[in-house]
Amino acid sequence: MSDLNFGSAFDYAPAPETTPVSMRKKYELFIDGKFVPPKAGKYFQSVNPATGKRHARIANGDAGDVDAAVKSARRAYEKVWGPMAPAERGKYLFRIARIVQEKSRELAIIESIDGGKPIKESRDVDLPLVAAHFFYYAGWADKLEYAFPGRTPKPVGVAGQIIPWNFPLLMAAWKIAPALACGNTVVLKPAETTSVTAMHLAEIFQEAGLPDGVVNIVTGAGETGNALVEHPGIDKIAFTGSTAVGKRIAKSVAASGKRLTLELGGKAANLVFEDAPIEQAVEGVINGIYFNQGHVCCAGSRLLIQESIHDEFVARLERRIETLRVGDPLDKNTDIGAINSKAQLGRITELVGSGIDEGATLHEPGCSLPEEGFWFKPSFFTGVTSSHRIAREEIFGPVLSVLTFRTPAEAIARANDTCYGLSAGIWTDKGSKIFAMADQLKAGVIWANTFNKFDPTSPFGGFKESGFGREGGLQGLAPYLKF
Amino acid sequence: MSFTLNFPVPAVDQVGVDERASQFTKRSIKNEAKRVGLKMAVSMMDLTTLEGADSKGKVSYLCRKARRPMAERYECPPCAAICVYPNQVAHAVAELEGSGIPVASVATGFPSGQYPLEIRLADVRDAVNSGAAEIDMVISRGAFLEGEYGRVSDEIAAVKEACGESHLKVIFETGELQTYDNVRLVSQLAIEAGADFIKTSTGKVSPAATLPVTLLLVETVRDHFLATGKKVGVKPAGGIRTAKEALQYLVMVKETIGDDWLTPELFRFGASSLLGDVELQLAKLVDGNYQSSDYFSKG
Repeated sequence: MSDLNFGSAFDYAPAPETTPVSMRKKYELFIDGKFVPPKAGKYFQSVNPATGKRHARIANGDAGDVDAAVKSARRAYEKVWGPMAPAERGKYLFRIARIVQEKSRELAIIESIDGGKPIKESRDVDLPLVAAHFFYYAGWADKLEYAFPGRTPKPVGVAGQIIPWNFPLLMAAWKIAPALACGNTVVLKPAETTSVTAMHLAEIFQEAGLPDGVVNIVTGAGETGNALVEHPGIDKIAFTGSTAVGKRIAKSVAASGKRLTLELGGKAANLVFEDAPIEQAVEGVINGIYFNQGHVCCAGSRLLIQESIHDEFVARLERRIETLRVGDPLDKNTDIGAINSKAQLGRITELVGSGIDEGATLHEPGCSLPEEGFWFKPSFFTGVTSSHRIAREEIFGPVLSVLTFRTPAEAIARANDTCYGLSAGIWTDKGSKIFAMADQLKAGVIWANTFNKFDPTSPFGGFKESGFGREGGLQGLAPYLKF
Repeated sequence: MSFTLNFPVPAVDQVGVDERASQFTKRSIKNEAKRVGLKMAVSMMDLTTLEGADSKGKVSYLCRKARRPMAERYECPPCAAICVYPNQVAHAVAELEGSGIPVASVATGFPSGQYPLEIRLADVRDAVNSGAAEIDMVISRGAFLEGEYGRVSDEIAAVKEACGESHLKVIFETGELQTYDNVRLVSQLAIEAGADFIKTSTGKVSPAATLPVTLLLVETVRDHFLATGKKVGVKPAGGIRTAKEALQYLVMVKETIGDDWLTPELFRFGASSLLGDVELQLAKLVDGNYQSSDYFSKG
């Protein structure tokens, strides 16, 4: 059988991003508007996942540092930010958004160095969305009464926010922008492996003249986050991360009076019907699972394909993964960058091993991987059953599980056969089918004939073990307000 | 209206096609890749003049340009073909003798195709008899939009027969067919009717070639190849004016259908003004700096 030849007739030369950036060797905590060393004087190493080498020391904040940050946030809330006219708060947010835009290339490069994501994505997706979120919520700051007609919205107080490593700056923006727009102050804890860009964001807050203590950033690992969650001076916890940690946080804040929103894991189904625009569905499935190396909570990690087109679709996926370019995150032609950390690579490898053990068939491209750093080939499994671990557990890596269905009813049953409910995708040329399916899918975000589309005006959040509360849009204001 | 394709075409989602096409424009083509790509683009170029004012002198001028586009030291390959109106074919063939560069002729009442079939076929035979090695026909867009797919198909088959040994390129004028579903359908229809090449546009209607439309042509050719093993060529024509755009098309071909189509046998650019910018970029790679456009011939 004749097949395509993806060879080297027109090889792309290396095209690394060369804009100089001002990364530091050491990053301190950001408390009360100043960069301060951690009280205990401890630091941990941040690693460039594309090389596996250490590239910066990050302050390891402990309970004492968290306490200082919370007190600073409380002061700022009571004395400055809370009493400030809402329109004035909005001006600060607009200013932050503009500075983010001005510095977006530098921030994108640092994001790629620190986290391993391809520059193509940090430049074209992450950073534009970061600015868009600040712009969007800046606009709401003085219009909250219009968002909730007939009610009197008031800020909640001090928000403790814990964010993940997959979209470090974007998640910071998702959390900080609505909190500030609603008049709250913030203590943010970035993920341990991706703390660097949050500290550059802190510099932007300084440059924007944001009053001291309105945003405080305490870097550290799980213990630091724990100290933040348990601190009695916190009024609200917003967490994005794993379901296991989310459950622990929920237990910890129970009966404390603290408000809580959780945005946790997912195992999203991409439903492809035989009447779908096949070529575009292939692209959507590829984007759904390999975007950001699959480190996406709403990744379309289960492909549910109508049995009649299974073989053809799998053949198309096999050809398509041959053309994905895996490698240096700073190369503008890289499609798939490095796995964020050694630990994450271990989890992916373990789950993929379980898939093979349980009898599924692994499909990999012929590409080679860099020798240093953390890498995984963009892959997919066929012959997957709903009971397989790779169909139930979140792999959080570039690995897709392909399952089949025969009828729309079976598609719904299989799609909803999961403890998660964050997102889903529907691929069909028939509009009525899109609505019929979307009505029955238990997922917070449903895309039709596209995937992984984000916009600050659109709410995002999950069902079941994917969490509760919404971020983005008008709905994203509510968790930061009391009425 | 009882027309059926041997290989039915899938639905096309316009937003998805446009998005995919824009991804190809994000590739960064530098240094050696750019040099290879630019030379490839010249070697795939159907250097074209299709004006009422075309004279022997103009055609001679173009033929000399196709033989040697740039000074020796740039190591620029000759163009793929010359594309002219039927009346200029004999003259172009004489001018290009010994060069190995074929002459392509537009025919079938180009650009509208709004003539009786017999006249269009006579047009083709005349061009072939004058020495045209390649025939660029236009389909009856009117018939296609009327839903007379069978008639469009039969006409292509008739032209193919009239072509004899000459290669047949079928022009769709996608700017008039408009929808991506139409583009995908007409591509498959033309391939099944015997096209050796499928081509986007005449260059007389705007929009002419676009990246998303050409992507649809390439995908159709790819799927047909995978189903049957038959290789059909693709020619975007009109509207491609810069070296950067040409490289984006090559990126699209490379990543959609693979290396086998990165050859003038299976991929062509129909262009009259593209060569100038490609020359400028190629000279920059060789000489190390951009030169004034005054240093490059305009014709």
